[in-house]
Amino acid sequence: MTFLRSLSRRLKRRLVVIAGLLTLGYLLLPNIVVTVFSFNDPKGRFNYEWQRFSTDAWTDPCGVAGLCGSLSLSLQLAAWATLGATVLGTMTAFALVRYRFRARGAVNSLIFLPMAMPEVVMAASLLTLFLNLGAELGFRTILIAHVVFCLSFVVTAVKARVMSMDPRLEQAAQDLYAGPLQTFLRVTLPIAAPGIAAGALLAFALSFDDFIITNFTAGSTVTFPMFVWGSAQRGTPVQINVVGTAVFLVAVLCVLAAMVMGNRRNRRRAS
Amino acid sequence: MITVIRKNSAKNSSRNSAKDSAKDAGKDGPEAGGDVRLSGISKTYGSFTAVRPLDLTVPQGSFFALLGASGCGKTTTLRMIAGLEEPSSGTVSLGEQDVTDLPPYRRPVNTVFQSYALFPHLDIFENVAFGLRRRGIKSVKKQVGEMLDLVQLGEQARKKPHQLSGGQQQRVAVARALINTPRVLLLDEPLGALDLKLRRQMQLELKRIQTEVGITFIHVTHDQEEAMTMADTVAVMNAGRVEQLGPPADLYENPRTTFVANFLGTSNLIEAEVDSRSGDEIVLTAGDCKLVLPRARCSGPTASGGRVLVGVRPEKTSLTHADEAGGIPAGRNRVTGTIADSSFLGVSTQYVVDSPVCPEFEVYVQNIDRDPRLVPGAEVVLHWSPAHTFGLDAAQDIDAGTGTVGPDEGMAA
Ligand SMILES: Nc1ncnc2c1ncn2[C@@H]1O[C@H](COP(=O)(O)OP(=O)(O)OP(=O)(O)O)[C@@H](O)[C@H]1O
Ligand SMILES: [Mg+2]
Repeated sequence: MTFLRSLSRRLKRRLVVIAGLLTLGYLLLPNIVVTVFSFNDPKGRFNYEWQRFSTDAWTDPCGVAGLCGSLSLSLQLAAWATLGATVLGTMTAFALVRYRFRARGAVNSLIFLPMAMPEVVMAASLLTLFLNLGAELGFRTILIAHVVFCLSFVVTAVKARVMSMDPRLEQAAQDLYAGPLQTFLRVTLPIAAPGIAAGALLAFALSFDDFIITNFTAGSTVTFPMFVWGSAQRGTPVQINVVGTAVFLVAVLCVLAAMVMGNRRNRRRAS
Repeated sequence: MITVIRKNSAKNSSRNSAKDSAKDAGKDGPEAGGDVRLSGISKTYGSFTAVRPLDLTVPQGSFFALLGASGCGKTTTLRMIAGLEEPSSGTVSLGEQDVTDLPPYRRPVNTVFQSYALFPHLDIFENVAFGLRRRGIKSVKKQVGEMLDLVQLGEQARKKPHQLSGGQQQRVAVARALINTPRVLLLDEPLGALDLKLRRQMQLELKRIQTEVGITFIHVTHDQEEAMTMADTVAVMNAGRVEQLGPPADLYENPRTTFVANFLGTSNLIEAEVDSRSGDEIVLTAGDCKLVLPRARCSGPTASGGRVLVGVRPEKTSLTHADEAGGIPAGRNRVTGTIADSSFLGVSTQYVVDSPVCPEFEVYVQNIDRDPRLVPGAEVVLHWSPAHTFGLDAAQDIDAGTGTVGPDEGMAA
């Protein structure tokens, strides 16, 4: 009886840990499969069955025609889209929180439209717009489309942060001889930074792997997701797994670096 | 971009001169340059008037306390001096200079915010160094260290504000403003979150710095005792208006409105009618009592038939059992009543006497020889010297200013 009770108590205490590990496993499984298959040496054109270990794909990631070109294009797109959406979104968020202007209510709800609208619908309407404007489909039209849908995410992330920020902090800075520019750089921006960073990361991730809207607005340009989709029809080169694994590793490294930096700062402060 | 640079350089030069003049003032005695002058300043939010047109001069180097109930416009007044709020009318001058249109970062004024407003992303050291750094001072370490020691936070220099207690945060806020030795320091209830001991310590420290450096302090507080002990001049504010202003003792002895009489300590107010005048004195009747009041101390009507509130402080009143009423010297004001309540306070005993002319007459009697007959229900005579009596216009609300702050034991003892 006591044994059972102590067992159940121990289980209960561990429940959170067990649930967490299970969820983590569920999340990691696809990544593990991708990583394992990046070391495969498939027989045919499809990389769906394990044959034998090989590092060929890792030593020659650009060995497939068009892969590295599309990858670099996607990275550039994501970088520019992130920059554009973050700058515009941050300014919009500040305007929405700080100023009372006539169209404020309308802008506040319209900014969510790209998030709420089905992607296909938005993609089709953007294509219609570009065609009507006579714009040449390509890098620039994709970029414009990406900024549009990234914008709403950045605005949401930054707005939450700016809203919870006490306006008296900026007043205190002004009271302590900081002019408008200094106040913005030394107080406003650092305090809003986590929100802006979250928005930027989200924008980068969304832009990098967007397929539907890109496909509609790309014309003959091929981004990395489009390349993967295209090659999946004809066969899947191992290099796609290599790129996937590399992206995953970079993300994990970024998170680890942030954690280590945070820890070190805390330790320095405590000492 | 260019405008910003120009403004900053202008700011720096004005800052330095302000700092110099503050230091000079400390050495060479007060100079006219640091008076804070508010002329007809007011603030309205929509249809709500937070501060009514207000004229106020705070002399250079003085310790000025702004006292008043919650919501009466103290913070708003300070914010207008700091430049954080634009006045709806009127002007703010520092010395000869009209600073009404100057942005806050160009005014030689620093504020200790009621809500502290510490920068959450900077540690305590950097919070305190903020003002110095913005003025382009490079070596701040020593100065900041001294300042942190002064507020007893030397150990906490590398903590972030959210890791400190409320009282510690408050001290950081004081240090952050004080380190700049501004011409005028605005303190918005800077000691509200401190315990009694630390509060006394900080009061002394602030007072010492103020006299040493010659900074003009404008100190907002709820705590009348703090205002009275620290300030050279106290202004009592009520509903967006300064009711009365003067040295603490003067304000306490000669209140001119019922609000001041009740808000600063406790007053016993008796409704009376002017009967006649004899020389420098007014004779009044209240019920069947005859009361005498020096004319100079009456701010109400002095013509016969005029309605006046006769006031006296609880500690200036004596209490005698009715059986010994014959022994009371002639010429004193007398009121009869029955003791409704008595509470022993140690140094003194507080009696509440129910009298026909004043339902809750409060008296403090020093505990020298306690009369055992003075218990609830006993018939007593209250008497006091006419010189200790003041008169107010009876057209005012007799209860204004009560209830916001209870009877202050410290002052009565
Ligand atoms: N931004 C604002 N908009 C509208 N009303 C305001 C604003 N700021 C202050 N008020 C009003 O002005 C009045 C005075 O406010 P203020 O902050 O000056 O009071 P206070 O005397 O400092 O009170 P406390 O002692 O509680 O700090 C209050 O009634 C308040 O509601
Ligand atoms: Mg206030």
